[in-house]
Amino acid sequence: MTTRRIRGAAAVLATASVVTACSAPGSGGADGAAAAESVVIGVSTEPDTLSPLLGYGKDGNSKIFDGLLARDADMNLRPALAKALPKITDGGRTYTYTLREGVEFSDGEPLTARDVVFTYRTVLDDDTNNTFKSELAAVEDVRAVGDDTVVFTLRHPYAPFAARTVLPVVPEHVAGKQDPNTGAFNTEPVGTGPYVLVDWRKGEKLTFKANPHYWGGAPKVKKLTMAIVADDDVRATRLRSGDLDGAVLPPNLAATFKNDDDKKTYRATSYDFRAVTLPSGSPVTGDTAIRRALDLAVDRQAMVDKILDGAGRPAYGPLPVDDPWFAKDVERSRDLAEAGRILDAAGWKEGNDGIRAKDGRPARFTLYYPSGDKVRQDHALAYASDAKKAGIDVRVQSATWEVIEPRMKHDAVLAGFGSIGDPDFGLYTLLHSSLAGDGFNNMARYDNPAVDRALETGRRTQDPKARKAAYDDLQRALMKDPGYTFLTHIDHMYVLADRWTGLTTQTEPHEHGFAAGPWWNVEDWQPAP
Amino acid sequence: MTRLTARRALYAVPVLGVVTFGVFAVAAASPFDPVKAYAGTAALGADQETLDRLRDNLGVDRPFTAHWWDWLTSAVGGDLGRSTVMRQPVAEVIGERLLWSTLLCAVAFAAAVLLGTVLGVLAARRPGSLVDRAVTSLAYTLEAAPVFWIALLAVWLFALRLDVLPAGGLTDTGSDLVTFGGLVQHLVLPAGVLALSQLPWFTLYVRQGVGDALAEDPVRGARARGLSERTVLLGHALRSGLLPVLTLIGSRVPELITGALLVETVFSWPGIASATVEAATAVDFPLLAALTTLATAAVLAGNLLADLLYGLIDPRVKLEEM
Repeated sequence: MTTRRIRGAAAVLATASVVTACSAPGSGGADGAAAAESVVIGVSTEPDTLSPLLGYGKDGNSKIFDGLLARDADMNLRPALAKALPKITDGGRTYTYTLREGVEFSDGEPLTARDVVFTYRTVLDDDTNNTFKSELAAVEDVRAVGDDTVVFTLRHPYAPFAARTVLPVVPEHVAGKQDPNTGAFNTEPVGTGPYVLVDWRKGEKLTFKANPHYWGGAPKVKKLTMAIVADDDVRATRLRSGDLDGAVLPPNLAATFKNDDDKKTYRATSYDFRAVTLPSGSPVTGDTAIRRALDLAVDRQAMVDKILDGAGRPAYGPLPVDDPWFAKDVERSRDLAEAGRILDAAGWKEGNDGIRAKDGRPARFTLYYPSGDKVRQDHALAYASDAKKAGIDVRVQSATWEVIEPRMKHDAVLAGFGSIGDPDFGLYTLLHSSLAGDGFNNMARYDNPAVDRALETGRRTQDPKARKAAYDDLQRALMKDPGYTFLTHIDHMYVLADRWTGLTTQTEPHEHGFAAGPWWNVEDWQPAP
Repeated sequence: MTRLTARRALYAVPVLGVVTFGVFAVAAASPFDPVKAYAGTAALGADQETLDRLRDNLGVDRPFTAHWWDWLTSAVGGDLGRSTVMRQPVAEVIGERLLWSTLLCAVAFAAAVLLGTVLGVLAARRPGSLVDRAVTSLAYTLEAAPVFWIALLAVWLFALRLDVLPAGGLTDTGSDLVTFGGLVQHLVLPAGVLALSQLPWFTLYVRQGVGDALAEDPVRGARARGLSERTVLLGHALRSGLLPVLTLIGSRVPELITGALLVETVFSWPGIASATVEAATAVDFPLLAALTTLATAAVLAGNLLADLLYGLIDPRVKLEEM
């Protein structure tokens, strides 16, 4: 684990890169250090806002801001604005952070504990339109002690809390004077991070310049541009023409750059799963035998190979197979014969049309996927054809979320989620019975006391061993009653000009492209010799 | 002329009122959920409490008439309100984008009118000739081609194969300064594509108009008097042949706006059009109302312009009587 890289031991010869008038497009092939000082990245979406008060950068990697903590390449928490990892006392209910000395915002004002308190209190304020407020639901109070200490008091012991404190910290002296929902801070942010926003032309691009006073040392990449190109083909085209240095691409387009000498392809594994929700409230999808049969009937490897061009992994549960929290013994292969036996034993008998039925009720349900999402459509169709082989009739339909939402209670949905940071973040909202049908939480209305118990243990105990055991139990319980059929975890693909050394990717959440990707730590990039 | 303009301006006030009211009504009746649009993908993982809180904060459950009245009263006072989806004041959204959209549309429109007139006249000179057949079939082909497709084709050809023009944006992706040379370079493709999408109409109308005029008695008389072909064509036929085109110009404004929408999307052009779509799908009342007002005003202004030009050019029409 590389906690601290040796930076800037030698004096950095900061060649002031003077931006002159437009050069000819496609001049990305300039040589040496000058070319490595600027990077242009194409992404598909832009943030709605650059204000952490409304949720920007809540999972870290915001280039403009820092959180109290940050994550390294292996997703371990390390100190950022805090001097060290928090002191946890009071049985896991009190978290105390001491701030790093001498950190300044890009406008020259010093960072104090009051800025941290302001940030968290504003996010927790009901009048702030922050969509992620519930992620901090455990916080009862946050207060400053002196200039450099912040104390969080939690309502109940909450083991993964430290991982939430990657939330970026904003300056009270700027943001405190505005309405957090519509103030100028949303488009003209001021932070402590390695980069400073130069310009944001919505829908076109965001440009950042390196913050020479960054507490972690001045970045080698002086200029960072995030171009917003929604269309995959256009993005690939602009990458090929040299207009972009790097881009996020779907697997089939990323493959077209395979033989480019000056570009490298990066594949990031992710927590981003695709799964079918099987609502407990419906007599077919709520039946454990049907659920287990479906779970055994799907050919996950075929989905990875055919739908994702190999850029993904079979999903045997919400946690990906290479995650340290993954319980190895839940991996299972396809077994149609066993699926048939389970259905026969439960009284689902095959009829003349090949569809099974029980007490006159056919094994049939509707599966919705959001229209326009080709990857989900392919998953849904593959799922239906696999289910057919087990005698279960799945009717696939596309619709907008406005149409799907009221039907989530009875009909299956091809869902996609995935949170990074801690198993609790993704699993609690997905599986806990108390959150059944609560907005988009626990869409299947899954209700399993064994799983609930494991979730509670996992979030309350601080002991890593006990937590691991709890999440192992959870995954086994989920295998016995799979209220969701987990299909695949999707890899995210990136192509980037080969001008820097030592680039890595992190394990990524469902959301990706802007903060995730090989540029997650662009401030640490070193020019290739 | 002044009286006509003043009268039209007065008449525009109730029209704008009705149109904005209609927009609010339609937006309220649309299946789009403002909360989901506001929160984006975050809504698809949010709990009910969060969704309810946003509903409340955004005033989703208030009747649209109340929203409209609030918007109208503050807009009259000069405050256009705040856009929820853009997270910034409406005036700022429009201020940032209007110039670029206007520039794109004006350049494209001017190019389409000029080129359309030239091609139309060339085709009308000898109906049925090779030139006429070529121009007409080109016009029909372009008319049938989707703007989106032409735009992608242009990117592929000029940016990719030939590498002579940038594929999108306002400046080179790696630079921030908007310089004149750079802007011209970046404007060529989007404006060219938008002009192409408007070209067929003008060409065919001019061809028809000039062709009809060439068959009229005054022109035949001019020819009989032995005036040069040029004088006949430019002095007589073009003048009366362009009349239908002039009325067309104003009516093409809505068409131009929709065309600009697709072109701005493909070329990542930071204009008003892309903001309009977002505002509509997000049921962002203040922004939508302001943009609709703008579009309506543009259409009304287009019609006024057409009438004024008509009055100036057609000796049979008196502006005082309009």
